[in-house]
Amino acid sequence: MRGTGLIDCDVHNAVSSDAALLPYLPARWRRHLDLVGSRTFSPFTKGYAYPKAARFASRRDAWPPSGGLPGSDLDFMRAQLLDAYGIEHAVLNCLYRAPEQRNDAFGAALAAAVNDWQVEHWLERDSRLRASVTVPFESPDLAAVEIDRAAAHHGFVQVLLYPRSMAPLGKRRYWPIYEAACRAGLPVGIHAASTTPGPTTASGWPSYYIEDHTGLAVAFQAQVSSLIFEGVFDRFPALRVVLMEGGFAWVPALMARLDALHHRLRDEVPDLEHPPSHYLRHRIRITTQPMEEPERPGDLVPLLREIGQDVLMFSTDYPHWDFDDPQRAFRTRVPADLHQRIMYDNARAQYRFAA
Amino acid sequence: MRTVVVAAVGEIPPGGRKIVEIEGRSIGVFHLADGYVALRNACPHEGAPLCRGALSGAVTSPAPGRYRYERRGEILRCPWHQWEFDVRTGRSWVDPDRVRVRSYPVTVDGTQVIVHV
Ligand code: FES
Repeated sequence: MRGTGLIDCDVHNAVSSDAALLPYLPARWRRHLDLVGSRTFSPFTKGYAYPKAARFASRRDAWPPSGGLPGSDLDFMRAQLLDAYGIEHAVLNCLYRAPEQRNDAFGAALAAAVNDWQVEHWLERDSRLRASVTVPFESPDLAAVEIDRAAAHHGFVQVLLYPRSMAPLGKRRYWPIYEAACRAGLPVGIHAASTTPGPTTASGWPSYYIEDHTGLAVAFQAQVSSLIFEGVFDRFPALRVVLMEGGFAWVPALMARLDALHHRLRDEVPDLEHPPSHYLRHRIRITTQPMEEPERPGDLVPLLREIGQDVLMFSTDYPHWDFDDPQRAFRTRVPADLHQRIMYDNARAQYRFAA
Repeated sequence: MRTVVVAAVGEIPPGGRKIVEIEGRSIGVFHLADGYVALRNACPHEGAPLCRGALSGAVTSPAPGRYRYERRGEILRCPWHQWEFDVRTGRSWVDPDRVRVRSYPVTVDGTQVIVHV
C-alpha cells in the first residue's frame, strides 16, 4: 500500500456510555433516558443474541489503554489504524442503537445526539475522518429531518441503514429517506445490523453465531432485490447504495439469476428500466470486509473481475474481531490496476473525496 | 544461531508472557508450567500480534457426551480472527501442517532466560 492512497470504508467509532450523549440531548429526552432508558426491539437489552467470537465483537488488542470501549478513543484509533496504515480517509459507522428504539421520537433525539457527538469528537478532531449519519430509519419522516439537518456538516458522507429492517428497504414507506439522501447528495449505506425483534434468518432462530454471520449475505441479497424491483433506483436516479459487511462472492450469482429471471418474468415488473445487473454494477458499491477467502487464494482474482472493477471498496471493519489488514487481507496478488481501484479510486469517486 | 537474553528468571510469572524485539522481529516469550517457549509475534493469517492473544486450553471428546478440557494455558488464540495455535510448536490447531508460526528454542542459564534465534 505504501506510495498509493488508502481509503477505509468501514470503521466503527463507539459511544462509550450513554452519559457521553447527555450534552447533546434536550432536557425532555435526557429525562426519558433517565426514567425509561433504552428500549429496543431486540430481545436482548444488553449485548447480542449470540456471543460474537470476542468481547464487544472486537479485536482483543483494540481495547484502549485509557479504558472505554474499542473504537471510543480517537488517539488510540489513530495509532492502531489511521497512522499505522497511512489511511487517507476513513468512513465511521457508529452502531449505537438509536435506530432500534421503540419510542420513535426518542430514537430521533438519540440519532441527532450521536451525530452531534460525532461532529465534535471525531469529524472536527481529525480531517481524515468522515462519518455516516445515524438516522431512526424505521420512522422515515423523522430520518429525513435528521438527514437534512446533519448533512449541513461536510464530514457526513453517507446515510446509515441496516439490512435487517422491519420491511424490505425498497418499500414505499422508506422512500422519504432516499428523497432526503438525494437532496443532500449522499449515498445510502447499509451496514450489517438489525432493528427487528425477529430471528436473524427467514426460517427462525439458528443455534450458532456462525449461522447468524453467514445469514447476513442472504439478508443483503433480499435488500438488493427489493431496492431494484420496487423501483427505487429508477425513481431516484441520483441515489447510490453502499453495502457494508455483507460479503461479495454472491454478487455474480445473484446478477446472473436475476437477469435470467427478468427475461421470463419481466411482465410483472414492466416499469424496470434496466436489467437487474445494471443496477448492481452502476448504482451499488460493496465494501470488502469480511474478505472472501477461497480455498485456493488465487481464485479471488477472477471473482473480483467478474463483480466488476468499479464495485468493491476496501474496508477494515476496525476494531471488530474480523478486522482486515489492508496489506494482508487479499491472500493473493491482485493486479495493480484493480487493487488501486478497490483500495482507493472507487471510494474516492463514491464519496467525492478531493484528489 | 544467535542467543539473546530476554528476561531474568522470575521476571515472567508462570502463565505469563513477555514480548521482546530481537533484530527487528517481535517475539513472544511464554512461561509455561514446565519451562519457556518463544513464538514469532505475527500471525500467519493476516499478521496480527499473535502473542497478545488469549491463552486457553483444548476441548477434546473421547466419546459422545464425554468431554475433556486439557492442555490448559497452551493454546494461543489470535487476537483478531481467533485462529488457534499450539504454543509449544507454533502449529495451528485447525491446519497444523500448512499453517504455523515460527517458534524458537528457549533455554534457562542460571538466572537468565535465553532465546535462540
Ligand atoms: S490474523 Fe491471526 S487469525 Fe487472522
